[in-house]
Amino acid sequence: MTGDTMPGIETPSPPSDPRLLLLDPRDNVLVATARIRAGETIAVGGMRVSMPADLPLGHKLARVDIAPGAKVLKYGAPIGSATVAIRAGDHAHVHNIRSDYTPTYHLDDAKPRDGGAS
Amino acid sequence: MLGYPRADGRKGIRNTVVVGYLVECAHHVAREIALPFREADTHVIGFPGCYPNSYAETMMERLCTHPNVGAVLLVSLGCESFNKYRLEQAIRDSGRAVRTIVIQATGGTRTSIAEGRDFVAGQRAVLDAMTPVPMAASDLIVGTICGGSDGTSGITGNPAAGRAFDMLVADGAACIFEETGELIGCEHIMAARAITPDLGHELEASVAKAARYYATLGYGSFAAGNADGGLTTIEEKSMGAYAKSGSSPITGLIKPGDVPSRGGLYLLDVVPDGEVRFGFPNINDNAEIAELIACGCHAVLFVTGRGSVVGSAIAPVVKICANPETYRRMSDDMDVDAGRILEGRATLDEVGAEIRDVVLGLGDGQRTRSEALGHQEFILTYKSFEPIGPACLPAA
Repeated sequence: MTGDTMPGIETPSPPSDPRLLLLDPRDNVLVATARIRAGETIAVGGMRVSMPADLPLGHKLARVDIAPGAKVLKYGAPIGSATVAIRAGDHAHVHNIRSDYTPTYHLDDAKPRDGGAS
Repeated sequence: MLGYPRADGRKGIRNTVVVGYLVECAHHVAREIALPFREADTHVIGFPGCYPNSYAETMMERLCTHPNVGAVLLVSLGCESFNKYRLEQAIRDSGRAVRTIVIQATGGTRTSIAEGRDFVAGQRAVLDAMTPVPMAASDLIVGTICGGSDGTSGITGNPAAGRAFDMLVADGAACIFEETGELIGCEHIMAARAITPDLGHELEASVAKAARYYATLGYGSFAAGNADGGLTTIEEKSMGAYAKSGSSPITGLIKPGDVPSRGGLYLLDVVPDGEVRFGFPNINDNAEIAELIACGCHAVLFVTGRGSVVGSAIAPVVKICANPETYRRMSDDMDVDAGRILEGRATLDEVGAEIRDVVLGLGDGQRTRSEALGHQEFILTYKSFEPIGPACLPAA
């Protein structure tokens, strides 16, 4: 334990925007508890990240860099594998994560891209 | 709480007349019979298929003898394969008034509707004169399902429903969670909660069966709207869905139509046994709700993030909204605002206690939003199951 750490409290991870929820200390993704708007610059794991598109409520951001093929962890459990390199701050979703069980059916390819959730 | 006593010792929190069609060809007549009674606890259920299926016959029997049901009218075309004689006898043996109208014998649509309405009106008068008796939480069976899930469901609504389950199980109720296809990835942590190692193996096997079944079909139990709401994979959806089970030990593994005989927490295995037949295990949320009700559920907790509006025939559906944005758009359809947990306006324990109180209130004259709005969805299709094994219900 280092001198600047409170007794009984783990060393805090680098700070992220308060709208991003870390569900388990092992997780490499964060969950948006409110919509984060395109153009905002937010803190993710101590880094500054500019948002290229809206991140809707309930969606995930990478907390750290995730290598292709690495497990994506949420609730402290694997929820799939990265299909490409995901950088800290990237939207982590069906375009860069696949299930290790059955494919995910979605309509994203056919949907107008307005950055918002329908 | 107050309940309507039935001959088998169970008590109902509703006193419904069921109008049950035994083939799609009798559906219109059944719907017309029930139409004048739509505000008077008269619900239409039925099975559309013309060919025999023991699953469907078991489902119809359990639903027609459900504690929330006071009397039953069966509507047959006449030539379908459904064993109406056996179903009518089972209902009569349960102490309920029952009548079967056979459209081909009665003389067609108009006369069948008139005869059916006479029966329903007579039974409504009898049931409305019944005096309810005191009922305790330990008399209750409560189910839970999630539908229209999103990235908030597993953080707010589902764990809050799990807290409500913990409280109800502690008070002696039987609580049932389900959808083994949405527990994929959770099987080992779930098995560790079984009251015996053999039951733990059965729980794992039920999820493995679901994973095989969905792999054959090529899709998980995952709708396009789940992805819109931020869920990326079936494993992620599963981790959120699993939270509905709370933290009680798991007492048993049951299949559709198995009614728990004592309190505790049960997993309902809804994925058919044997080779993949008849398509998806559950073609929509109401198919699962009907199965929970066939296991004796007096009420069903339904957690939604995207915003489901459904209710059900026979048992009230308590709508728990996980997403605060959805709640603001659709509050008229929601019984519980669990999304306020995300905004720091309530804790999981507070919302869990609120859900428990809503359930107990259903036995005290309260109606759910879906009941008030007239929702009576029902669907039943072909499936096939083997009976559960001896390890699935260990002795207390």
